[in-house]
Amino acid sequence: MSDLTNAEARRLEAQTDEGAQELRPLTGDARTQELVLTGGPWPDIDDTMILNMGPQHPSTHGVLRIMLELDGETVLRAKPVIGYLHTGMEKTGEELTYVQGSTNVTRMDYASPLSNELAFSMAVERLLDLELPERATWIRMLLVELNRMSSHLLFQATNGMDLGAVSMMIYGWRERELTLRLLETITGLRMNHNFIRPGGVAADLPDGWQHDVLELCDQVERGVGEYDTLLTENPIWRERTVGVGVITTGEALALGATGPILRSTGFAWDLRKAQPYLAYDDVDFDVIYTENGDVFDRYQIRLYEILESVKIVRQCVERMPAGDYRVQDRKVTPPPRARIDESMEALIHHFKLFTEGFRVPAGETYVAVESPRGEIGCYLVSDGTAKPNRLHIRGPSFYNLQSMDAMVPGGMLADAVAIVSSIDPIMGEVDR
Amino acid sequence: MSDDDDAANAREPDHEVPGDEVAAALLERFPGSVFVASHGQPVVYVDRAAWHDVAEFLRDDQQFSQCMDVVGVDHLVAPSRAAPASITTERFEVVANFLSHARNRRIRVIAQVSVDEPAIASIADLYPGVNFPERETYDLFGIEFVGHPDLTRILMPDDWVGHPLRKDDAPARVPVTFKGDPSPR
Repeated sequence: MSDLTNAEARRLEAQTDEGAQELRPLTGDARTQELVLTGGPWPDIDDTMILNMGPQHPSTHGVLRIMLELDGETVLRAKPVIGYLHTGMEKTGEELTYVQGSTNVTRMDYASPLSNELAFSMAVERLLDLELPERATWIRMLLVELNRMSSHLLFQATNGMDLGAVSMMIYGWRERELTLRLLETITGLRMNHNFIRPGGVAADLPDGWQHDVLELCDQVERGVGEYDTLLTENPIWRERTVGVGVITTGEALALGATGPILRSTGFAWDLRKAQPYLAYDDVDFDVIYTENGDVFDRYQIRLYEILESVKIVRQCVERMPAGDYRVQDRKVTPPPRARIDESMEALIHHFKLFTEGFRVPAGETYVAVESPRGEIGCYLVSDGTAKPNRLHIRGPSFYNLQSMDAMVPGGMLADAVAIVSSIDPIMGEVDR
Repeated sequence: MSDDDDAANAREPDHEVPGDEVAAALLERFPGSVFVASHGQPVVYVDRAAWHDVAEFLRDDQQFSQCMDVVGVDHLVAPSRAAPASITTERFEVVANFLSHARNRRIRVIAQVSVDEPAIASIADLYPGVNFPERETYDLFGIEFVGHPDLTRILMPDDWVGHPLRKDDAPARVPVTFKGDPSPR
């Protein structure tokens, strides 16, 4: 230090010292200096601002783009702009046979693929006037409820992450992974199962499935208890969600909203109870609904619906009937593999089914089932050939997105994130 | 399957008597409508000009609280078509699904839309929830919904030419340009 001058030493010290980066107290002239902005013209500060959110944004659940008109930090209106994930799946559906159709529709709502397959398969079966064996309907019900659990667990995870409860994301993902693993044991795939097909399901349940399912039920119940403890009474969580994004029953009905959004307004409408399909009128479960229509209520509904699904799944394990897992009509479902080696008929049926498919008499039908997000419907028009003339899926997220119109205005910008999250849109289904 | 089979199997009664009270009311209010029980579901074929009035009737007089869906269908290359013989079929159909929560029932209403004048009244003023589906039908079929508040493309890019779900709009490769594209997508 001795050969350095005092000033030089201070300069080096200022460069290396952490304190050099902090704001120093104003001294001398700087204290009275006035900052003047030159240039212009500058916008009138009373003007509103249009802010673009997405399509690449972590809290837009994929590729949702929202145009927000802001006054300060208050959102005046929001317009969802969609189509970024449009892959023409309805057009593709017209090019695929009814046998291949499940593979296509399962990719629409990728968080609850089995609901898509169910709606499509039930529509085809109605056009064929096909009666399913009892075991097939119960296997379907078991799978769809397992899928509802995994979808709502995914919601709990992403909803937590969107609102800053990042540990919730890890926990939600943990139980969802267990559910997907079980679905993989049964169907062979974690997602996009292509398991529910016209005529039944693709395969019978694997040996020892009861044990695996019951073990999962316990694990999920324990998980839901943890989420409840972590979030429901958490003051930060309630601050972010209670009274945010309120929608009334009238608005929800007018805007075409279904599922947890409609049920959060005090309107207990669940297709599983109101217009029972599969064997839902045979099992005991409750429709969860709340009165306030806010983000917190939608969180709660989805949380407790997991427990209702667990209830249904337990009854499926207890009461799973014996019998066939698909109709034994060789014009609709393929023969067992072993039969192909010994029977010419079986070989022909197998070949015809997987090349040409089966023909469906001309007609049109609409089948609606309750997916985790609301009413998923399949409008199917057949022209008597082996491929549909029109395959339309009414994706609940597509309609639910419109309910943003009623929820967002008047809230803060940060609330918009909470609201989008609480709608739980799956963009694959919105854009198809 | 031959045409003879179709006539026998599909929907041979032209003037089926509605077993459905809403359909009966619709037929009485809008003469010329045709009722069909499509695999157990009530379907009423109505005149295109009456589209808005039908929706209004269903909403105000018959407690149909939600319009679940508005769908377009193109019948350009349909070998056989399920439609009652007493109506004049056109290339396009617009289909609306209504749901009444109070009465727990559904009804489906179908109107014929010609290719020369692909337009029908919008019911978005009655059921705001059909805003998106009507835009989708416009986008993919080119059917105009007269009176719609914001009839723009919704799924395809704004500068897209054609309507992809029309049967004569072939699925094809789209050249992607990155340089000098006037509207990057």
